[in-house]
Amino acid sequence: MSTVEPLIFEKGAPGRRAATMTAMDVPTEPLDNLIPESMIRKEPAKLPEVSEIEIVRHYTHLSQRNFGVDTGFYPLGSCTMKYNPKLNEDMAALPGFARIHPLQPDETVEGAIQLIYELEQYLAEISGMTRVTLQPSAGAHGELTGLMLIKAYHESNGQGHRNLVLIPDNAHGTNPASATLADYKAVEVKTDPKTGGIEMSHLKTLLDNYADNVAAIMMTNPNTLGIFDSNILEIAQMVHKAGGQLYYDGANANAVLGITRPGDMGFDVVHFNLHKTCSTPHGGGGPGAGPIGVKEHLVPFLPGPLPVKNEQGYYWQDAGPQSIGKVRANYGNFGVLVRAYTYIRTYGPDGLLHVAQSAILNANYLKHELASDYEIAFPVTCQHEFVATAEKQKKENGVTALDIAKRILDFGMYAPTIYFPLIVHEAMMIEPTETETRETLDYFVSVMRQIAEEARANPDIVKTAPHTTPVGRLDQALAARKPNLRWNPGQEVTH
Amino acid sequence: MSYIPNTPEDQQAMLARLGLSSLEDLLAPVPENVRLRRPLDLPPALPEPDLKRLMMNMAAKNSNLDTTISFLGAGTYDHAIPSVVPHLQRRSEFVTSYTPYQPEVSQGMLQAIYEFQTMVCQITGLDIANASLYDGSTAVVEAVLLALGPGGRGEVVISEGVDPQYRRVLRTYAHARGFNVKEVQTRNGVTTPEDLDAAVSPTTAAVVLQQPNFFGCIEDMRALEPIAHKGKAVFITNITEPASLGILAAPADYNADIAVGELMSFGNPMSYGGPALGFMAAKNKYMRLLPGRLVGQTVEEGGEKRTGYVLTLQTREQHIRRERATSNICTNQSLLAVGATIYLAALGKQGFRELGELCLQKAHYAFRQITSVPGFSATFSSPFYDEFVVTIPGSIQQLQRSLLRQGIIGGYDLSRDYPNMKNAMMFCVTETRTKEDIDLLVTALNEYSSSLESHASSQKEEVQA
Repeated sequence: MSTVEPLIFEKGAPGRRAATMTAMDVPTEPLDNLIPESMIRKEPAKLPEVSEIEIVRHYTHLSQRNFGVDTGFYPLGSCTMKYNPKLNEDMAALPGFARIHPLQPDETVEGAIQLIYELEQYLAEISGMTRVTLQPSAGAHGELTGLMLIKAYHESNGQGHRNLVLIPDNAHGTNPASATLADYKAVEVKTDPKTGGIEMSHLKTLLDNYADNVAAIMMTNPNTLGIFDSNILEIAQMVHKAGGQLYYDGANANAVLGITRPGDMGFDVVHFNLHKTCSTPHGGGGPGAGPIGVKEHLVPFLPGPLPVKNEQGYYWQDAGPQSIGKVRANYGNFGVLVRAYTYIRTYGPDGLLHVAQSAILNANYLKHELASDYEIAFPVTCQHEFVATAEKQKKENGVTALDIAKRILDFGMYAPTIYFPLIVHEAMMIEPTETETRETLDYFVSVMRQIAEEARANPDIVKTAPHTTPVGRLDQALAARKPNLRWNPGQEVTH
Repeated sequence: MSYIPNTPEDQQAMLARLGLSSLEDLLAPVPENVRLRRPLDLPPALPEPDLKRLMMNMAAKNSNLDTTISFLGAGTYDHAIPSVVPHLQRRSEFVTSYTPYQPEVSQGMLQAIYEFQTMVCQITGLDIANASLYDGSTAVVEAVLLALGPGGRGEVVISEGVDPQYRRVLRTYAHARGFNVKEVQTRNGVTTPEDLDAAVSPTTAAVVLQQPNFFGCIEDMRALEPIAHKGKAVFITNITEPASLGILAAPADYNADIAVGELMSFGNPMSYGGPALGFMAAKNKYMRLLPGRLVGQTVEEGGEKRTGYVLTLQTREQHIRRERATSNICTNQSLLAVGATIYLAALGKQGFRELGELCLQKAHYAFRQITSVPGFSATFSSPFYDEFVVTIPGSIQQLQRSLLRQGIIGGYDLSRDYPNMKNAMMFCVTETRTKEDIDLLVTALNEYSSSLESHASSQKEEVQA
């Protein structure tokens, strides 16, 4: 498996093909009778000319050069790489869900609208919010939508001048990026070095200095350190008193299912990452889904249309006059929503609580077992994830978090999220999720211990890792300095 | 609860290692005053067979396109998916991975996305493409934001021939971000050089047109392009029906700076409109301004210097640049991009052209048949691709109901988006509609037409009596 797989463009031969097209069963007319000469394509697109067997082998080989949750343990922090149930895939592929057009008359898609309607209700209950929209396509899209709602709300109250969004220094990069996109200025809130939560005195200072300009605070709770900020009610009170709104980044919602709800913590808006919490697969980077839930006062601003149920059945209703408008075409990533719906119905209320509890147990177990060999950024009870560091290894042996991450790959596992959150040096953010067996966790621990030992005794093996993967460490600097973002005819692969 | 493998005994043993006795002990950091001390109010758990039955019943309430003849397009197109596509796309190594942060074990996804980027370039003729965006509408927004540059102020000119949902999305962003959107009307179904010229000013940052446009009409891009470019504006073309590229001039042919649009219909199920597959291709000069992921080819740092693929130019992105990123996008539509890549490989050079022509010819056959039904006439005389607008007798609702009774989902009611266009129905005919389907529709329209006539004449008789 160490040989390079050629590009699809380097395979095949002129005239070769795979798919056969349906018959031209209608009388035809000359092309130039139908299309103005100047708008006819002169050169055919230079697509591959390959047979079906070549395609099958090629993409099978590519899949074999890719690591997924089905391949092995995937402790990528803040990404919630849990097992993706096969049932959910089958349900999303049912023709009654997969083969429906978004503009069909409502009476021909009642099952789809019902599913959307009910999933909204489930997510509202799970988050403690009044109403949910399933339109946003992913977490970052939900963040932006939520900030747009907050902006519309402030404007409706004559508070349109509020232009700041407070964001903890351990937040996901999407938070400040979304704030900018919503035309807000991001202001960083410090983490308390003792608790790992928000530094209350800093928050107070910021609110004192900027009170009239604070539009919102965006928080992840538990945060990216895996720490539940137990000051949350006080924070909510302070921000609300200053006239700001509270935004809940749901990236870590797997830790709170049935235990606590953003709505009860005082949040006004919440987004879910259904690909994380509800285990719709991550698809190599997407698709996700980023529904948002809001409290009563923000409902009038939600994007439309909204699903409604009455005696006749389910149908779509246009949003009201205060709606921010649509944030994407159609209704959301419906295929993802079918999987999330199936997931919630599989677990039910007790099951979801058990999901969260088990995820928290697995994380604390790993944290405990790794503490003898690695520094733990905040050695307190964590929730669904925690941050270990390679500080000790770096100081003593020059072995970095990157080296350790690469070495883990040699043992048939994916690496933790590294160098994040930014406030922890040599961070390794580990999220095991609830779907891993105790044996898998123990194997990970044994590997991490072995790597720690290697760092002491034979650091080179770690520094030059990985050794068993299809390719070794790749030249990132070269990729950025001389970008090659596409194949061109005549371009030869190096090996 | 079948996906949580550890038994209560396993968990007790793990708790014991932590010196704890119950799961509840781990929840100490969550203050009592925010604890939910009741079960969530959700339906109880269902075993797999029961849940499957429930889901299948819900799915069965929808009329799906395997069993219903539909003439809907309007931004979402039905193209046949070769079996080879889902079989490979659904390989679980692709499905259950995430953003390829560790390239050494993610070469499969990275290479597939590199191939995707290349194919998007091949069909649009442009230099570079990104790894995907949420959907066509947000791709238009991202292109406009790129054109506006940091700060995002300025003016955007967009034709009303661009998908109305997309324009609604653009307005949502425009409000939040603080830029202006100026719409240009269409005449006879197309944007005219005169109207575009009147709208574009030296301060216009972007001009957005769609090809074929929302009405299915073919815009005269070669006449419009110089006007779009007369100032400093970035010329953006939006493509929602990519099958057209098999036969219509590519965006690069008419000097578009950026091409965006929707590729869901290539190898991915329609799924009630999502997940979709937004794409963005551009001239080289925009490389470092592109939103979203980009995959680049490189070589190993040491050893054999073998070829490999990595996420690159990441300093544009939110996880590095945070509030100064070119976009906030993180999770995108990778798996759909893999589907589109396999689809385009399966069609190949020849098949892609054939697809383009099949849709064109079938739609024109349908157009000739439908416009010869008494009372049905072409709304526009502009050339079109695989969608066309027909002025119909009676009312749209009446006609839709009449067709539904025969198991046919008719065309799109344009008055939903263009209030002045009463009685205008837009029919879409892709390669998945057979001559038999079209003839069935025409028969139904003839029956509808004569029922209207006999209704009208009986009314007339009543009046005369």
